[in-house]
Amino acid sequence: MLKIPKAVHDDIISHAKEGFPIEVCGILGGRDGVVSAIYRMTNTDQSNEHFTMEPREQFSVVKELRTGGLEMLAIYHSHPETPARPSEEDIRLALTPNVSYLIVSLAEPGRPVLNSFRIAAGRVEPEAIGVI
Amino acid sequence: MMNLTVNGKKAAIDGKDAVNIPALLTELKVEQPDYVTVELNGDILERENFETTLVKDGDSVEFLYFMGGGGR
Repeated sequence: MLKIPKAVHDDIISHAKEGFPIEVCGILGGRDGVVSAIYRMTNTDQSNEHFTMEPREQFSVVKELRTGGLEMLAIYHSHPETPARPSEEDIRLALTPNVSYLIVSLAEPGRPVLNSFRIAAGRVEPEAIGVI
Repeated sequence: MMNLTVNGKKAAIDGKDAVNIPALLTELKVEQPDYVTVELNGDILERENFETTLVKDGDSVEFLYFMGGGGR
């Protein structure tokens, strides 16, 4: 289970709504499966169907996490118009090991859905989210 | 032997004075190196320069996987 503070959970959904209809993306940091930090990242694709994180921001966040004694726990992105499950492209590009992949869907107006998955070697396993 | 800092940790490469980026990624057993972004001493490298960029003793290397995807 990935444990996420309610403030971070709500911020992920806010980020998705603010970015709509563009896909948004970000990184969650923490320790021992408990999230304590959220980093909103730039989607350089600026697309409603794709996202690519900005590499300089990625390096900056990873170094900041390391300095703070934290690790990257999750990568999140939004699906503005499709369900909260990984697309074929999401699965193919889930390259970073040992992280959770969170998807927030805004497909149903007024009812955002946030799901978490562990993805490795093309295999997708749903993961429970505990809002703390 | 080269002593490097890789993703914030000390790493030693035996038997070489310098290696290019593909060789370094092989030495480090990095999977799917085609999807890796590399920073050398604070500068992000263009992939087209991987072959000609040499990593030497004392250098600091960071690498990250491409992070992207799509809703469709």
